[in-house]
Amino acid sequence: MQATNPISYAQAACRALAQAMQDDPAIVVLGEDVGRGGIFGQYAGLQARFGEQRVIDTPISEATIMGAGVGMALAGLKPVVEMRVVDFALCAMDEIVNQAAKNRFMFGGQGRVPLVARMPIGMWSASAAQHSQSFESWFTHLPGVVVVCPSTPQDNHDLLLAALACGDPVIYMEHKELWPLSADLQPTGSALLGQAKRWREGSDLTLVSWSRQMHWAAEAAQTLAQQGVQVDLLDLRTLWPWDRDAVFASAARSGHLLITHEAVQVAGFGAEIAASAAEATGCRVRRLGAPRIPVGYAHTLEEAARVRPAAIVAAALEMLA
Amino acid sequence: MMLRIRAFEDAAERLSQGGVSAFGSAAGNIAMVRGPLHLSTGQEAVAAGVCQHLQRSDLLTSTHRGHGHTLAKGADTTRMMCELFGRAGGSNGGKGGSMHIADFSVGMLGANGVVAAGLPIAVGAAHALKLRGSSAVVACFFGDGAINRGPFLEALNWAASYHLPVLFVCEDNRWSATTHTSATTAGAGAAARALALAVPAETVNGNDVEAVCDGAGALLKAVRGGEGPRLLHALTYRVKGHVSVDPAHYRDPQAHAAALEGDPIALASARYVELGGKAEDIDALVRQAKQEIDAAQQAAHDAPWPAVDAAFSDVMNTGAGRWF
Repeated sequence: MQATNPISYAQAACRALAQAMQDDPAIVVLGEDVGRGGIFGQYAGLQARFGEQRVIDTPISEATIMGAGVGMALAGLKPVVEMRVVDFALCAMDEIVNQAAKNRFMFGGQGRVPLVARMPIGMWSASAAQHSQSFESWFTHLPGVVVVCPSTPQDNHDLLLAALACGDPVIYMEHKELWPLSADLQPTGSALLGQAKRWREGSDLTLVSWSRQMHWAAEAAQTLAQQGVQVDLLDLRTLWPWDRDAVFASAARSGHLLITHEAVQVAGFGAEIAASAAEATGCRVRRLGAPRIPVGYAHTLEEAARVRPAAIVAAALEMLA
Repeated sequence: MMLRIRAFEDAAERLSQGGVSAFGSAAGNIAMVRGPLHLSTGQEAVAAGVCQHLQRSDLLTSTHRGHGHTLAKGADTTRMMCELFGRAGGSNGGKGGSMHIADFSVGMLGANGVVAAGLPIAVGAAHALKLRGSSAVVACFFGDGAINRGPFLEALNWAASYHLPVLFVCEDNRWSATTHTSATTAGAGAAARALALAVPAETVNGNDVEAVCDGAGALLKAVRGGEGPRLLHALTYRVKGHVSVDPAHYRDPQAHAAALEGDPIALASARYVELGGKAEDIDALVRQAKQEIDAAQQAAHDAPWPAVDAAFSDVMNTGAGRWF
């Protein structure tokens, strides 16, 4: 289908946020450079529309940006907290792990922290070791937070709205190489947290991915189809809660489950999916992530940390051999 | 108020012996109050003097040594004691204990197990109050050890930059766990650091409840007047060890004995008599406080434990019921 009025992944999120802010005066945005639209343009025009009281430019104080978000939430606001890149969110780990995620439980349900923390993940070519990481599995390990990793403009729009509406602390992880990705936006789209999306139907192998890697998984599935292997391709979209029903049902049908992600393979979320599916269905499992190396600057080094479609194809064929 | 805090702390201390493995003490199963218990014994004048000026609608963030702040903000002693006992009727339903004691119904947004973690939360709450047009303010308590953590600088800078209604209270008990804070702190301390960030600050004798009350009153007047944040540096003394089973043998006995001379309750009692009050009045208040705490203790003793189901509630709504 021809795209008629395409909108980028960044613009889609911006449109969702603008709509939510219009509907709910309790939503505020805080973070570095958000007034100028954010360095990726995902907040473009919001300060002009909603004012600097609601779209708050902050000092470079990640711990306090996140901690203030918690305090704002406890005092009746719904903050969208911008961390710029996930690598910087490490400066706010106490505020995420010990404060935002624990507040409701630890204080016996006296308060809630409806906060959406945006922390873009992933390789962003030539950005080297401290601006390229994918830490989604760290947060799946943390009770108290939702973890979202949208892969398309439509999902970035719908899932951001869902995140803002859910009332829980959400770790919202956009991918830095997806910002310009464009597609038509369906106004009726309504992706739900915890619901996977089937990109392609097949019965030979279940392939699961998310975020940027999803697009390479789709390329791999296309190649495999040309070789007669029909892939059931699932975009997990939300890592916690994750769509166990969809993955288990598919894996039970195909008997083979391959998970691929951009993050380091060791202790990645692919391992959790593989183990859960094997326990539940007895299917054969395999995971494919990055080697446990920091991402290098030179393109030859960066390439060593990428899991390209060819590697996914090879892993799939090996599984089915 | 100071007598109520003292009675609460004395009871908690007694009930916690054998409740945690630390400082050579082994945990048994007999203690009613278990886990790390940080006492504010001797620091009562800071909580009482500051909170004297707070309304119920004002908010407060605290430290791991937070019983006094919680009581002074108006929390119920029985619900607090139940929380220390880990019982279902506790202010946190038994989910937090001493270190996370909170009573949101009186604006007490929580003690915190992480040093300096309350500061960013306090400025965020103050920011929200300002944006919502509320006239309430936030009192943010932290210790002398906290000024060496990054969030101290970040939060003061933040509060000053946005002119937020927050009173920072550095409750300086001189000890960072088992290390004297002066041994690891450069420069002239909390007030000097605040002034460097354009946050006006006052230093008071934190064991003199009148001085704390006067100092906090003046600063809070400015905060309520929309003049931005202020900092009160209250010099007090940690009478007990870092946790209740810490005998604090690392302290110099002579210096310790000298510091105990400045006990805030003794000081306030003497002042009361000096102003013409009767010593019997104070005795009556001591008895009253003890009766209140005894009753709270008995109620906590008799209260039920939280049902196991509670371990799975108040975690999150999204995906609730999925624990694995």
